[in-house]
Amino acid sequence: MADEAHGGGIQIHPMDQFVVKPLFGGDTVHWYTPTNVTLWMALTVLVVVLLLVVGSRGRAIIPSRGQSIAELAYGFVYKMVEDVAGKDALKFFPYIMTLFMFIVTANMLGLLPMSFTTTSHVAVTAVLALAVFITVTVVGFVKNGTKFLELFWVKSAPLPLRPVLAIIELISYFVRPVSHSIRLAGNLMAGHAVIKVFAGFAAILAVAPFSILAITAMYGLELLVAFVQAYVFTILTCVYLKDALHPSH
Amino acid sequence: MAGESEATTAMEHATDAAHGAADAAHAAEGAGMPQLDFSTFPNQIFWLIVTILAIYYVLSKVALPRIASVLAERRGTITNDIAAAEELKLKAVEAEKAYQKALAEARTEAQKIAADARAAIKEELDVATDKADAEIAAKTAESQARIAEIRDSAMSAVEAVAKETAGEIVSALGRPVDAAAVAASVDARLKGGA
Repeated sequence: MADEAHGGGIQIHPMDQFVVKPLFGGDTVHWYTPTNVTLWMALTVLVVVLLLVVGSRGRAIIPSRGQSIAELAYGFVYKMVEDVAGKDALKFFPYIMTLFMFIVTANMLGLLPMSFTTTSHVAVTAVLALAVFITVTVVGFVKNGTKFLELFWVKSAPLPLRPVLAIIELISYFVRPVSHSIRLAGNLMAGHAVIKVFAGFAAILAVAPFSILAITAMYGLELLVAFVQAYVFTILTCVYLKDALHPSH
Repeated sequence: MAGESEATTAMEHATDAAHGAADAAHAAEGAGMPQLDFSTFPNQIFWLIVTILAIYYVLSKVALPRIASVLAERRGTITNDIAAAEELKLKAVEAEKAYQKALAEARTEAQKIAADARAAIKEELDVATDKADAEIAAKTAESQARIAEIRDSAMSAVEAVAKETAGEIVSALGRPVDAAAVAASVDARLKGGA
């Protein structure tokens, strides 16, 4: 505030919205400190519970609107797991449903003005992606034993090419969690930062109408991105799971 | 008073300076990406794990079994309803068949009755016609007899008139009238002429 008064120019801090701050004062962020991360994750849990538990409490044969949303979400993810990863992947359905509901809800909550987007942090998405990576790798070895390594040995390729392909496959396998997490965090962070930049320009009268129009357009796009990124994260999880359950190409 | 106010100002300055330093630190931090501020990672990861476990618990214990049971129940209801509808449809088809059969039976019955009635009427008509024919024949015969009678009587009258006229003509010619000869001659003429 003081800076603005002295400088007189506009101050745009597009990244300030991502700063992790303690909720109840203090400067140090310990691992247990309740921060804005805590607040918005708690809100995410609350919304998920409202959608899926409170929404479906009627258990009606002809669903109410809330129950329809819950059933729609259930059917959407259930069908995705069944179609992409196969019937034997259905025992991972609660896990994948948890991931999807958390990401899609956190993304949507992040679009509220003044909110904090938990999924825009690499720390969060990296943990999610690593959890998927570790789960998939463990499941692959437990289900298939050493046969899981056939995932890297492309039998349909000519023999001299196979070692080269194996190295490429191995690298791509280990890059998976990186791309998996950065795709989600990057998309959300970029969109939110762009909205913030446009919002900063709205302070200048001459470009304010254009700026507000741009914010509106970006917001619409961000709504789409919020859903699509949750969808992409979930479907990639299903694809990786399919690789673990049926490693042969 | 003056000293006190000076002290307050000094303190304010000091606080401002501290704030300024904090702001500067913040600015330096803000210039980079808060996402790469590793000091907040344990906090985020801890709360994320708590959140994910909470959602997983709620979903796997309450929400998903409930929704699954509702969906299964609905599927069951729909299947039952479709089966019931199928049954009702079969019944309807059967009822229609029975109706068609009854209709066909009624139609043949009606045709039979009509044919019977027609036959009965024809029989009566034939009897009446025969009776009428017989009556007509009788009347015709009677009439013919009477006509013959009339003709005969007319013929004999003609004969008598002819004989008389012939006798008169002969007498008028001044010749003796031989009644027998005249009669014979007229008879001969009548027979030859006839």
